Amino acid sequence: MLLTVDHVTRYFYDQPVRGVVQSHRLMPSQCAGQKMLRWKVTVSDGQMGGGFRDGAGDWVQGWTVLGPVNEITVQVTGQVETVDQAGVLRGHKELTPAEAYLRKTHPTEADAALAALAEGLDPAKDALAAAHEISARVSDAILYTPDTTNAHTTAAEALAQGTGVCQDQAHAVIAIARHAGLPARYVSGYLLVGLDGAAHDAAHAWAEVFIAGLGWVGFDPANRCCPDDRYIRLGSGLDSRHAAMIRGIARGQGEESLVVSVSVQEGQIQSQTQQ
Amino acid sequence: MTSYFNEMYQGNSVRAPYARLQDWMSAMPAELRQMKQAEAEALFRRIGITFAVYGEGGDPDRLIPFDMFPRVFSGTEWARLERGIKQRARALNAFLVDVYGRGEIVRAGRIPARLVYLNEAYEKAVVGFVPPKGVYSHIVGIDLVRTGPDEFFVLEDNCRTPSGVSYMLENREIMMRMFPDLFRENRIQPVDSYPEILRRTLASVAPAKCDREPTVVILTPGHYNSAYYEHSFLADLMGVELVEGQDLFVEGEFVFMRTTEGPRRVDVIYRRIDDAFIDPLCFRPDSMLGVPGLMDVYRSGGVSICSAPGAGVADDKAVYTYVPEMIRFYLGEEPILNNVPTWQCGKSDDLAYVLAHLDELVVKEVHGSGGYGMLVGPKASADQVELFRARITANPANYIAQPTLALSTTPTFVAEGIAPRHVDLRPYCLVGERIELVPGGLTRVALTEGSLVVNSSQGGGVKDTWVLAE
Repeated sequence: MLLTVDHVTRYFYDQPVRGVVQSHRLMPSQCAGQKMLRWKVTVSDGQMGGGFRDGAGDWVQGWTVLGPVNEITVQVTGQVETVDQAGVLRGHKELTPAEAYLRKTHPTEADAALAALAEGLDPAKDALAAAHEISARVSDAILYTPDTTNAHTTAAEALAQGTGVCQDQAHAVIAIARHAGLPARYVSGYLLVGLDGAAHDAAHAWAEVFIAGLGWVGFDPANRCCPDDRYIRLGSGLDSRHAAMIRGIARGQGEESLVVSVSVQEGQIQSQTQQ
Repeated sequence: MTSYFNEMYQGNSVRAPYARLQDWMSAMPAELRQMKQAEAEALFRRIGITFAVYGEGGDPDRLIPFDMFPRVFSGTEWARLERGIKQRARALNAFLVDVYGRGEIVRAGRIPARLVYLNEAYEKAVVGFVPPKGVYSHIVGIDLVRTGPDEFFVLEDNCRTPSGVSYMLENREIMMRMFPDLFRENRIQPVDSYPEILRRTLASVAPAKCDREPTVVILTPGHYNSAYYEHSFLADLMGVELVEGQDLFVEGEFVFMRTTEGPRRVDVIYRRIDDAFIDPLCFRPDSMLGVPGLMDVYRSGGVSICSAPGAGVADDKAVYTYVPEMIRFYLGEEPILNNVPTWQCGKSDDLAYVLAHLDELVVKEVHGSGGYGMLVGPKASADQVELFRARITANPANYIAQPTLALSTTPTFVAEGIAPRHVDLRPYCLVGERIELVPGGLTRVALTEGSLVVNSSQGGGVKDTWVLAE
């Protein structure tokens, strides 16, 4: 499938800031089923900093903006040709050992309720079946409901209220999988939603679970499926913060607000004009 | 009753390294000694060196007692220690490069994967990175104790930012000022080249993108830190800038320091702040002490950070057990310095042994430091032993146990005159393009009679440490 991405993040500061430093994970993963045809990341008034491929195989790119500025725009445009890999991450070079993804983090800490969702699973016997079951249980226990959680909501909190978005569901899958002894991680990327090509206000996220003998396998509890050719994988981490597409800090007193617009379309359609 | 190795006396005879101190000691009447002690204290107060050794906390303005009686090694004794320390520093660095690379030692089954990869000090953010010259830990502080003429044991390794070296330098400085004659009568190897060797070591690991004489800085958390004195002292002696996070900023591919003449590029950062605080974009987002974007510059070869982030996984108390294995695995050598036999309470066999022998063992928290959270079995009351039994049972993996070592003693000035007191030693090994060790280190002394705990927070003091020229 040919996917065209147009992803714009605009940061506004209520008073000018002296400078901005960002760290991006905004390049498509180099793996089977993802061929990058063109890809471009720009930062308004930005200077490209150091970039490197990290131990998890992600391209990390630093950027700095010299102030004073009132707003900056990060724009990602590109095209990727995808082929369905049935959710399995293949041909992806990485060095970080799977065991390192058993570590707990605050948003992925398994409380009693999350631990209870691991009951009856036998990952030692069939890890893949267990991972599918975890993802299905999370889809049922945390109903996809926008605007009921925020960026800092933990998996335990989302489960307690029974609603959340893809980030919360991915955190829950990770928490339960790790509790069951399966290495798991958070993946950020893009998803083709619907056919209308309408822009959304967020990118997508899902989880990957490490299955011995198979490797990393993606699970998207928000869509009750494994990632296929509608997905573009960018980066991964222990949780949403570690896998964030953009991390940044502004120097100065200005209060920050941001507007995100993500459009993923099938085929070779011209990207919409940005105002 | 345990007998302790006295470093000065063998029976009634004086061991060779201390030969000339015998006369010095006998020729010092009590009044002179008290006068000298007061003078030493005044000097320490004036230079302001009152910080807690090894980040133990406590009253930052409290002076750590300085004992004027030096601790002495012969050149031969030191030569063996030096070989052993350098061997250990090489192996620890090889381990760090390995576990952030292919992890051969884990694949070979020589150390458990979980112990390394689930370790709190294991930094995922540096996996795949080989720092310049393959060095993660540039200043390795190795804590040693002695139990006999040729018996030395390593108590622990410090691969992050070991402190205390300013005491090594100041203790020497003050001894030379107060007893110049001693330094004419004894051929004592100097330690004052330490700051210059440190500067050279740091410059030798400048990053790939540095194409000129490297600019080195020391990054401190600020003057509220208990070791701030040492940070400014070393910056002064090395002739480099002492900076705080807010003095540095990232622009493009490099890190710059604000100066009165405008921004100046920085190539090597000797950081005295913990990993968690060095870059809020990468580690703790609430850290105000670090430099946003620093890790991206570091990993793309624009700046060097010493010690390298992630170095702490090599000095963890549970990983310590495997250092002899590292020496065999990476260097193909037998360890010159021994580890203290260690029981890991996380292992059930070990746990059973430890609980059955609590009154003989020293029990420590895996992540503890500064002599806190520690049980010295033979010296502990029955209540303390029971308290530890409960703690260990509740969380076994958090504890290790070691036999109570018969720490050597050296003569020490005490209220009643001169008496033997137990000591340890921390030498500071510098690792860059070369591995270097100045002949000396910091000797800590347990001033309380019979005490085996040398930590300053528990009544410990410090001494000048001499290595004689052959």
